[in-house]
Amino acid sequence: MGKMHIKLTVNGKQEELLAEPRELLIHVLRERLGITGPHIGCETSHCGACTVDMDGKSVKSCTVFAAQANGANITTIEGLGNPDGLHVLQQMFKEHHGLQCGFCTPGMITRAWRLLQENPNPTEEDVRFGMAGNLCRCTGYQNIVKAILAAAAELNAAKEAAQ
Amino acid sequence: MNEMTPPKAERAEALKGLGTARKRVEDARFTQGKGNYVDDLKLPGMLFGDFVRSPYAHARVKSINADKAKAIPGVIAVLTADDLRPLNLHWMPTLAGDVQMVLADGKVLFQGQEVAFVVAEDRYIAADAVELVEVEYEELPVVVDPFKAQADDAPVLREDLAGKTEGAHGPRRHHNHIFTWEQGDKDATDAVLGSADVVAEEMVYYHRTHPCPLETCGCVASMDKVNGKLTVHGTFQAPHAVRTVASLISGIAEHNIRIISPDIGGGFGNKVGVYPGYICAIVASIVTGVPVKWVEDRMDNLMATAFARDYWMKGKIAATKDGKITGLWCHVTADHGAFDACADPTKFPAGFFNICTGSYDIPTAYLAVDGIYTNKAPGGVAYRCSFRVTEAAYFIERMIEVLAIELGMDAAELRAKNFIKKEQFPYQSALGWEYDSGDYHTAWDKALSAVGYTELRKEQAERVEAFKRGETRKLLGIGLCHFTEIVGAGPVKNCDILGLGMFDSCEIRIHPTGSAIARLGTISQGQGHATTFAQILASEIGISADDITIEEGDTDTAPYGLGTYGSRSTPVAGAATAMAGRKIRAKAQMIAAYLLEVHDNDVEWDIDRFMVKGAPERFKTMKEIAFASYNQAIPGLEPGLEAVSYYDPPNMTYPFGAYICVMEIDVDTGEHEIRQFYALDDCGTRINPMIIEGQVHGGATEGYAIAMGQELAYDDMGNVKTGTLMDFFIPTSWETPHYTTDHTVTPSPHHPIGAKGVGESPNVGSVPAFSNAVHDAFRPFGLKQAHMPHDHWRIWKIARDLGLHG
Repeated sequence: MGKMHIKLTVNGKQEELLAEPRELLIHVLRERLGITGPHIGCETSHCGACTVDMDGKSVKSCTVFAAQANGANITTIEGLGNPDGLHVLQQMFKEHHGLQCGFCTPGMITRAWRLLQENPNPTEEDVRFGMAGNLCRCTGYQNIVKAILAAAAELNAAKEAAQ
Repeated sequence: MNEMTPPKAERAEALKGLGTARKRVEDARFTQGKGNYVDDLKLPGMLFGDFVRSPYAHARVKSINADKAKAIPGVIAVLTADDLRPLNLHWMPTLAGDVQMVLADGKVLFQGQEVAFVVAEDRYIAADAVELVEVEYEELPVVVDPFKAQADDAPVLREDLAGKTEGAHGPRRHHNHIFTWEQGDKDATDAVLGSADVVAEEMVYYHRTHPCPLETCGCVASMDKVNGKLTVHGTFQAPHAVRTVASLISGIAEHNIRIISPDIGGGFGNKVGVYPGYICAIVASIVTGVPVKWVEDRMDNLMATAFARDYWMKGKIAATKDGKITGLWCHVTADHGAFDACADPTKFPAGFFNICTGSYDIPTAYLAVDGIYTNKAPGGVAYRCSFRVTEAAYFIERMIEVLAIELGMDAAELRAKNFIKKEQFPYQSALGWEYDSGDYHTAWDKALSAVGYTELRKEQAERVEAFKRGETRKLLGIGLCHFTEIVGAGPVKNCDILGLGMFDSCEIRIHPTGSAIARLGTISQGQGHATTFAQILASEIGISADDITIEEGDTDTAPYGLGTYGSRSTPVAGAATAMAGRKIRAKAQMIAAYLLEVHDNDVEWDIDRFMVKGAPERFKTMKEIAFASYNQAIPGLEPGLEAVSYYDPPNMTYPFGAYICVMEIDVDTGEHEIRQFYALDDCGTRINPMIIEGQVHGGATEGYAIAMGQELAYDDMGNVKTGTLMDFFIPTSWETPHYTTDHTVTPSPHHPIGAKGVGESPNVGSVPAFSNAVHDAFRPFGLKQAHMPHDHWRIWKIARDLGLHG
């Protein structure tokens, strides 16, 4: 099968590679670029473990072809936070016990990161609706919701303080 | 007290020991995407394996032609049963004493069964090759109903067992019969039923479902031909048992096998079993000499590895007119699928289902379980449950409701009237268990008053009247459940898996500077062992939990243990941890006495140090003692500070709880809304309240799924109808209810720290609570029993069948 020349930016870094037209973004990330934060849970875009941010939108990278990501700006869980510490969402997930086995967590936090940009002041209902594309088998979501609301409050307080 | 010594409370707090809501040490890694799950592993030269699976539920395999598949560049091999036969690995033993085909040997017995194993350079090429393997099948009659499977003329499923009238668990009476397991006193129970004031009778079905962890099963097998060592990284809930089994069936010496369970993305029982994928990956690595990865996709996972439940439970419960239960009779038809691959302790072919007398003082009882083969996938694992306890709890909690209807009595009152009383513990049950401790009445009263039970019943009665007047189309259901679990398998005298006693272990090494590492025979799959086991140890040895590393899952370094399932980690390995800690402390006492120049008996333990009795200013902290153990020649003592404990528990532990669900049901759409869910758990001593609460939320959500929609459904042809997450219900954050948690504390009298285990309680307790709420809503209109899952369509049908749609 002929390969395609693909350029994309992943967590701020330029990447160039050859991929088959049928190759999925999740496989390119995990197996070629060694970015193993996003996971594979269902391959049918139901579970959200593979969620990454593509050009400002949450996408399930198990149902995006790498070819579709040509030229795109991708952020994964590895791109949140910084060397000095955790992103507020990461901190709040820890603080409020928003994770157990950790398998859904990268997708969950990456989705929450976008959700809080779409809606910086969400209600509990907004969070529950906005996160419904990401499944978790361990936590029952209650503490995930709590963590996201706490992160929103913290981010807003920081924003206010800066103004 | 010395001015330099901080107050006791401050020192105790600094330890972050028992009872602390300590934040998890695992989370920094997981929240940054730095977990290390099996599919993250990439070894040099690694190949990828994938299965050709049967599209039929029952068929003869006439031929397999892999020529076209092998012709694709990048395909290394295609293994069939014929390739495994010379190694005697075309069949493998199951955990239940049966055998299972690794690859189809002449026929297939369930849809999704493994037929051939393709090994290729990457997963895309493997998938292409799977499509090109040509298998010629001859369809055979399919039987998916365990009752029809017992007909004289039912198709013979297991031809390999022809003429075998004795199975692993006694006589077989039919070609599709696996075992009969009896407990209790049949004649006495029949006599009680025959003379009782009231007998309620019902068939209670707990449908087939699946643990479905978010990470599927998989492994990377790597045979190093230079040093003859086989390393297998995999999703194993019991790595040591896998090592022993791998050695026994492969002939590779056990010291040359290293099993590593890396981070595991949820288990819930799915990752206890040994699956054909593991065997095929190992064989492929031995054949090719390079590492071979096999990871299921979601459909593989739901179709082929480890279903749960599928119990048809016929019950009769006898009582006096005023509601005192006098006897319980139960017969289970257990659908085990094509191979008996249940994960139960050897002597318990139906697990601990004989806990089915529940929380009640039932003097006489009888239970029989018949295991049956059908054309469905093998398994029968404990899905977040201690070996069929969920089925047992659902059975008794439904039977109590049915009896309450028969008696015209309030179901909460009926329960309270029959609870085992606090003073009756230790309590000997009619079906053979010794309940270690409990205080059911206190928990029950607390639960009823927390939800405002009396007011709820009033509201419900008013709602029924309003409904009858045509003022509302919504009904109110109050789902009650008081469950008793039996966990912590278990005493070696009666619990083993494949002959391996179900003890567990902990090994501790204290470092010279006063920090420590502890290794255990268990393996976390999200339970937070690295956090909680350090807490147990911190309280025992006076070293802060932050200074203790917990390590599990590598059989080359961890002491032998039977793994994590059946809520056994805290009851068994937690006990081993405390006991090993006490050995450390005993040696530390001798070192402290030597350093303080007093007799051993003249020092006493004080949170994080030994002090001279009556002279608190003279002490040695654990940090000082640790250093001394490495730098002083102490007469009569070996250098160093290490201990190991292999703990064989004297009994199981018996966590219990009271769960109440308040549910609104729309009669016209079948939709429901959980208005309130209250969960009171008594798991004995509480190690980390934050983690307990998380376990309850998660387990209750799994229970919510099972009760309200999750099902591994088959059609009459044996086709799996729920093979993806589109069809197999997993609740999202949108529909998942909000939970209120609560607790009482009744410590286990025999566990070193009084802990009982909690991981499975919420699954065991929530399913009856949700299901009873549905039943309770329709009780005023004559509903006695409706099978789960109670999805919208099925609830709508209940309403229709009761004539509520006008």
